[in-house]
Amino acid sequence: MDFSLTPEQEAVRRAIEKLCVPFDDAYWLARDTDAQFPEEFVRAVIDGGWLGIAMPEEVGGAGLGVTEAALMMHAISRSGAGFSGASAVHMNIFGLNPVVVFGTAEQRRRILPRIIRGEDRACFGVTEPDAGLNTTAIKTRAERVGNGYVINGKKVWTSTAQTANKILILVRTTPREQCAKPTLGLSLFYTDLDRRYCDVREIHKMGRASVDSNEVFIDGLPVPEEDRIGEEGRGFEYLLHGLNPERVLIAAECVGLGQAALAKAAHYAGERIVFDRPIGKNQAVQHPLALDWMQLEAAFLMVLKAASLYDRGEPCGAEANAAKYLSAEAGFTACQNAVLTHGGFGYAKEFHVERYMRESMLGRIAPVSPHMILNFIGERVLGLPKSY
Amino acid sequence: MKILVPVKRVIDYNVKARVKADKTGVDLANVKMSMNPFDEIAVEEAIRKKEAGQAEEIIAVSIGPAQAQETLRTALAMGADRAILIQTDDIVEPLAVAKLLKAVVDAEQPGLVILGKQAIDDDSNQTGQMLAALLGWPQGTFASIVKVVGDGIEVTREVDGGLETVALTLPAIVTTDLRLNEPRYASLPNIMKAKKKQLDVKTAADYGVDISPRLKTLKVEEPAKRAGGIKVKTIEELVDKLKNEAGVI
Ligand SMILES: Cc1cc2nc3c(=O)[nH]c(=O)nc-3n(C[C@H](O)[C@H](O)[C@H](O)COP(=O)(O)OP(=O)(O)OC[C@H]3O[C@@H](n4cnc5c(N)ncnc54)[C@H](O)[C@@H]3O)c2cc1C
Ligand SMILES: Cc1cc2nc3c(=O)[nH]c(=O)nc-3n(C[C@H](O)[C@H](O)[C@H](O)COP(=O)(O)OP(=O)(O)OC[C@H]3O[C@@H](n4cnc5c(N)ncnc54)[C@H](O)[C@@H]3O)c2cc1C
Repeated sequence: MDFSLTPEQEAVRRAIEKLCVPFDDAYWLARDTDAQFPEEFVRAVIDGGWLGIAMPEEVGGAGLGVTEAALMMHAISRSGAGFSGASAVHMNIFGLNPVVVFGTAEQRRRILPRIIRGEDRACFGVTEPDAGLNTTAIKTRAERVGNGYVINGKKVWTSTAQTANKILILVRTTPREQCAKPTLGLSLFYTDLDRRYCDVREIHKMGRASVDSNEVFIDGLPVPEEDRIGEEGRGFEYLLHGLNPERVLIAAECVGLGQAALAKAAHYAGERIVFDRPIGKNQAVQHPLALDWMQLEAAFLMVLKAASLYDRGEPCGAEANAAKYLSAEAGFTACQNAVLTHGGFGYAKEFHVERYMRESMLGRIAPVSPHMILNFIGERVLGLPKSY
Repeated sequence: MKILVPVKRVIDYNVKARVKADKTGVDLANVKMSMNPFDEIAVEEAIRKKEAGQAEEIIAVSIGPAQAQETLRTALAMGADRAILIQTDDIVEPLAVAKLLKAVVDAEQPGLVILGKQAIDDDSNQTGQMLAALLGWPQGTFASIVKVVGDGIEVTREVDGGLETVALTLPAIVTTDLRLNEPRYASLPNIMKAKKKQLDVKTAADYGVDISPRLKTLKVEEPAKRAGGIKVKTIEELVDKLKNEAGVI
């Protein structure tokens, strides 16, 4: 067992750290305030060829694994970019995994190089207002019309739909009642987010103001058959394939954010003098930060374990879910402690940690909640009866 | 023209160096190491010369432990063409480095060697000058501008009194100062390409150079803690303090 990074992984991490240097605290504070998409940052990521990190070489990617992608997303988040930076590129790093794995050669050639070069931007439409975490209960329908389909329905929380021109969307193609299992009869499409048929309305939210999340109302969106990924009716299965790596990346982002907060807190605790001593000399201040360090490091080990299992083609469901849970909780706690350590100044925007704290809540909620992860571990790992 | 760029693996500039408990040196266990920032500037300058059609090949060379391969891969990912590691776990002093580099120069025949003006670990600021002396080549140290002019180069140097421009014939030695350029960071495709570039691993013995140290470090200590400053209200008070308390005027 060797816990060290390969030279290549080290190179990935260093290059991303450098790329992030010009995008400093002031930049991300400004984006949080003006709610503008971090275009300059995304441009730097595209120009460095980074969107292709986990895409196959034959479509212009680097052919690296989820481990490298996780190191990349971790470094972005840890630079202080947090979810404002990570979410701005996240979907285009691994979101198109279903296309990579289940798309035809023609689809891969047509779709992926344009994503890597930043010519297309994709958003991800799974969540619906009336289905929530019960994904198979989604109502958005694609009906066969001629050689193609027409989609009607609504999605919610679709991130980056303000700037995306493409959507990877999960819809029902066969009513649930007519399917042997609820997981059947769902299909996946990668198609134009054509605003003549899609009304995209931004949701005002707690954090990560610069990366929009939206309600998307879809009214008669025509989709050609060649935009369907894989077979009709097997979309859910394709989606599941990408879920574990997605969890690993989110987890890496959560750890990075928590570490950014912890670094600020430790620095402040060493400098701030109250009662004639640095506040960090008090164990009430020092010990929570020490605990945060341990929790974040431990969570990151689970992230890397899950990533390494995935990259070796082994099952990693339990580990990927555990990584997401542990990282999100550790990240959130670290952000919360960072605010508290800063006292009143932690509540002021110019000290950055309150922004981290607002963002850290997102890593707990999406893409899967802590409750559902506990359900998964209880049922699938411990073999206990399904609780819901 | 070939350009040779020596690069050193040093403690990262962001790391707060700590002295080992036994005061024999700086603690490097589990410390982040990076390419010496002045060497990054040297690599960047070489790449710019190549991009401008003024150089054909860039060779990066490092003298240090096996891990210095990583530093060389960074140079390759930035745009160097091939690399040489002269592997050793010993401490190599500036004169030994200069002798090894001379041996590499003899073998490779570059038209230009661009070095950092100093490495940020020991801050010696000697290697470039020593190499120039050993080779008998002209040198332009502390460069803030390097221009190819005709058959030679013009180097603008940052000196105490301002800027000085010298004209050198080639082959020549240049050492870089901070303002020469802004080094690029490696793109992902270039990191992938760097993996496939040639990296030769050699030893000092291959070049017939004796690298045994000539200096002995007696003790390494933290610099004295700086006391906090004070604010003065008037110029009179400032002059008074400089005269009577600091005793500097
Ligand atoms: C900022 C942001 C960005 C997002 N971006 C995207 C995106 O780009 N694309 C996309 O498709 N989605 C996106 N999402 C949606 C996200 O994936 C969902 O919010 C998440 O899956 C939770 O679904 P829900 O909000 O409907 O919660 P609900 O399903 O309504 O759940 C509400 C609460 O009930 C709990 N709960 C539900 N069922 C159970 C049970 N059986 N046992 C125990 N507890 C239960 C949940 O854990 C949760 O705490 C985003 C969300 C946010 C906040
Ligand atoms: C929104 C807001 C409104 C406010 N309104 C007002 C107002 O109207 N008027 C006003 O006068 N003030 C106001 N305040 C200031 C508030 O009362 C102070 O922020 C609070 O008293 C903490 O002081 P501090 O921020 O200087 O934190 P610090 O004293 O710097 O404390 C920082 C951290 O160190 C910890 N700490 C310090 N010493 C010790 C110790 N010995 N042992 C253990 N832990 C220690 C603290 O618990 C805290 O977590 C406001 C603050 C906010 C955020």
